[in-house]
Amino acid sequence: MRQLCKGNVAIIKGALLAGCRAYYGYPITPASEIAEAAALYIPQVGGTFVQAESETASINMVYGAASAGIRVMTASSGPGLSLMQEGMSYLAGAELPCVIVDVMRGGPGLGNIAPEQSDYFAMVKGGGHGNYRNLVLAPASVQEMAELTVLAFDLADKYRNPAVVLTDGFVGQMMEPLDLEYREVVAPPKPWAVQGTAETRKNMVSSIFLETDDLEQHQRQLEAKYQRAQNSETRWEEYCTEDAEVLVIGYGIVSRVLRSAVDQARNRGIKVGLFRPISLWPFPAKELVRAAGRTERILVSELSNGQMLEDVRLALDGKKPVAFYGRVGGNVPTVEELTEKIEEQMAVSA
Amino acid sequence: MEEKRAAVLDDPASSSGYEIVHSKSKVFYPEFERKTDLKHQTHYCPGCGHGVAHKLIAEALEDLELQNDTILVSPVGCSVFAYYYFDVGNVQVAHGRAPAAATGLKRACPDKIVIAYQGDGDLAAIGTAEIIHAANRGEKITIFFVNNTIYGMTGGQMAPTTLVGQKSTTSPWGRRPVNEGFPLHMSELLSSLEAPVYIERVALSDNKNIMKARRAVRKALEKQRDGAGFSFVEILSPCPTIWGKDPMEARRWVAETMIPNFPLNVFRDRKVEIPVNNAPPQKTIAELIGIEKKVDGKTSEPARNHRFHDLTIKIAGFGGQGVLLLGQLLAEMGMREGLEVSWLPSYGPEMRSGSAHCHICLSKERIGSPLISQPSVLIAMNELSLRKFASQVAPGGVIIYGRTALPVDFSCPQAQIVCIPASELADKLGSAKVANVVMMGALLEETECLSPATAMQVLEAKVKNPALLELDRKALDAGRLYIDDTVAVGAVTQADGFAQ
Repeated sequence: MRQLCKGNVAIIKGALLAGCRAYYGYPITPASEIAEAAALYIPQVGGTFVQAESETASINMVYGAASAGIRVMTASSGPGLSLMQEGMSYLAGAELPCVIVDVMRGGPGLGNIAPEQSDYFAMVKGGGHGNYRNLVLAPASVQEMAELTVLAFDLADKYRNPAVVLTDGFVGQMMEPLDLEYREVVAPPKPWAVQGTAETRKNMVSSIFLETDDLEQHQRQLEAKYQRAQNSETRWEEYCTEDAEVLVIGYGIVSRVLRSAVDQARNRGIKVGLFRPISLWPFPAKELVRAAGRTERILVSELSNGQMLEDVRLALDGKKPVAFYGRVGGNVPTVEELTEKIEEQMAVSA
Repeated sequence: MEEKRAAVLDDPASSSGYEIVHSKSKVFYPEFERKTDLKHQTHYCPGCGHGVAHKLIAEALEDLELQNDTILVSPVGCSVFAYYYFDVGNVQVAHGRAPAAATGLKRACPDKIVIAYQGDGDLAAIGTAEIIHAANRGEKITIFFVNNTIYGMTGGQMAPTTLVGQKSTTSPWGRRPVNEGFPLHMSELLSSLEAPVYIERVALSDNKNIMKARRAVRKALEKQRDGAGFSFVEILSPCPTIWGKDPMEARRWVAETMIPNFPLNVFRDRKVEIPVNNAPPQKTIAELIGIEKKVDGKTSEPARNHRFHDLTIKIAGFGGQGVLLLGQLLAEMGMREGLEVSWLPSYGPEMRSGSAHCHICLSKERIGSPLISQPSVLIAMNELSLRKFASQVAPGGVIIYGRTALPVDFSCPQAQIVCIPASELADKLGSAKVANVVMMGALLEETECLSPATAMQVLEAKVKNPALLELDRKALDAGRLYIDDTVAVGAVTQADGFAQ
C-alpha cells in the first residue's frame, strides 16, 4: 500500500527492511528527520539508536558496530560529513561495511541549509586520506531513498566497503508516495567479524600495515575490489534518449527538474533526452558514452560549480563538447530555466 | 626472558606474599606472529609500563576465563600494536576514538567483554569528547588508561597530562601553564559523572602498587562481566626512553613525581542503578513502518477521472498557520485518489511567525520537478504571501486568498482570485487553527480538484480526537459554503475574474 512519506524517513524504512539494527548519529538540518525516525523506529525492533556527541564519534561507533558484523548506519549533512571523513577512511581501510547518508546542503563552511550537490567530490572522490573509494548511490525520489538504502546495505556487505547514499535537502525533505514490500533479509555471513566468541577470537579488524609491501598489497587488493564494483555495479536511468540530439545529464533533485525540462523542450520540438547516473561511484561511464554516442550536444546540470561534470568529461574523453549549467547557494534551477539552457544548446548545434 | 621479568617483579617482595608468575598468560600469543621480526619479545622499550599493564590484563582475562569473550580495542600510540600480543578478538581504531568504537561493539555484542586500551594523548587530548560521553552514557565497557605524561610513539611531545615544568619536544622550556594550561586529571574529571561504576588510579611504580594495579584491573573487568556499567582504570606508567631515565629511575619518578601530582585513589566503586524508564514497545517491522505483504502486484487505488492532467499548488503563509500541514493533506488526498503526488516544503530553523510555503504536485504521470515555479493554484494565507507569489501563478490559474478582500493597490490580471476570511471563519468555529482546513474547503469547492469525501477520509485517518475531527469537518464545510455563497451573490473582489 502506498504511504505518503518524507524522503528522510524513507531512508530509515529502507534501512529497517535491509536488516539495519543500529544507528549512530548527530542531528543536523536538513538530515535530522533520519535520526528522528531512527530514534523512533529502530529501538522498537530491538535495535540500537544512540545520539552521539559528534559526527566524529558517530562514525567511530559505526566502525565498532560494523566490526562486530551487524548492519549499521549513520546520516548527516555536509558539515557533519566533513567530520566523518576520518572515520570513512578507516572504514574503507579496514574493509568494514556500513551505510552513510549525506543529505547535502549549501557550503562551504556553515553555508546554509538549502540543497546543494557540492559534496560530490568529498563522497565520490573520497574526502578522507588515502587511496580508497566509497560506493555512492544517488536517489531522486522518496521511493528511491528507501530502495537505494536497501541496495546500499547489500553493496556494502558484498564489497566490504562503506556505501554512501548521496542526496540533497529537497529529496530529504519532500514527501511522495512510498510503496514498500516486506522483504526477508538474508545478510551474508561475515566470518571476518570480531564478536567476542571462540570462533572469531583470531579475527582482527585493522587498517594498519606497517610494512610498505604489506600496505601496497592491501591497496592492490582494494583496487581489485573496486574494479569488480566498477564492472558490475553501475546504475543509471535514461529518459527519451532514443532519438535525442541533445543529452542532458543530472542526478538527484536536478534530474527531476531536468525530466520536466525535457518534456517542456520536446513540446517545443527539441529532441532532448535525459541521462541520470544512479550510481555516482562507480560512475556509469560506458553507459554514458553509449547514450551520448547519438547526440550532438551535451549539457550537465548540477547544484555545484561542476563536480560530476569532471566525471562526465572524463567518460567522454574530449570526444563531445560538454556544456555546464550549475546553480549554487541553495538555489535550484526551475524547469523554465533548464529548458532555456537546452534551447541554447540547440542554438549552438544549429 | 619470562623468568627474568618475574625476577624483577620478585625483587623487594620475597617475603610479602606476592604471587610470582613464571609463565606467560595464555591470553598472550605464544609467539608474536603478527610482528615482522623478534617474534618472541614485545616492541616496548625496556622498563616500559605497557608490558606490565598488558601482563596484568592478560592474566586477569585468563583467570576470569574471559579470553573467548573479549574484544580488545587498540588505540593509536605505543600500544597501537596491542593486537600483536593479545590472543583475543582485536579491533584497531583511529586516534582517540576507542570509546566510540567500543560503544558500537558493546551495543552489538552486549554480553561480551569490550576493552579499550588508551594512552594519555589518545584518551585525554584527541579523544576527550569520546571518553567523557562514553562514561556519561554508562557504556558497559572497560577502559585502561595508561598515563605516562608524554607522547611516546611520536617521540616525546607534550601530553595533556604532562606535568607543570616537565620538558617535552613541544614544551622545550617545560610545561608553562600560561601557555599550555595544567595537566588534566581524567580520573577526577570522570568521577564528576553519575554513570561510571568503577574509577581507580593505580601506579606501576613498585611491586606494592603493581599488585594494587593488578587488583584494580581484575575488579574493572569483573564489573563489566557482571553488567554493572562503565569501569575505568588509570595506570601511571613509566616511559624510561622518552623520560631519559633508566628503568629503575623511571619507576622512582612515577613514585616520587607522578603520584604526588596524580594521587592514587579509588574514586568510584559502587553499583549505579540506572532506571529503565519508558522502554520502547516491540513491534514487527511490517507493522512499524506501515507495510504489508503484497497480494497481487499494485495495491494502490486506480486513478479517478480527474479534470486535470497535472495540478501544481503553492501554499504560503506565516509559520504556524498550518501551511505545510495543508499541503500534506492535499498530497495525501491526491495519493488516495490514485494520483502521483509530491510535497516539497520550505524548510529551515524551527520557528513560528516566519514565513512558510510548500509546493504540491498532483499528476496522472510520474512527476518530474517537485519544485513549482508556475503554480496553477496559489493558496495565500496572508498578504505577504499574496504579494510575494501571485505573479508566479500560471495564466488562467487560481489564487485563494485568506482575507476578506484584496489589498486596494493589488492586482493580478492573469489569475482568478477568490477571497475568503479563513481566520475569521475558523475563529467563529472555535479555533483559529483550522483556518487551513477552511482554505482547503475553499480550494475543493473552487477548483473541484479533489473530492471532499477524500478530504474527510484523510482527516479521519489523521485526527484521532473526535472533537477536533468534528471541528475540521465544520471548517471544511465552512470553506466550501463560503465559496458557494460568494459566487451566488457575486461578491467577487476581482472584476475580471471567474470566467466560469
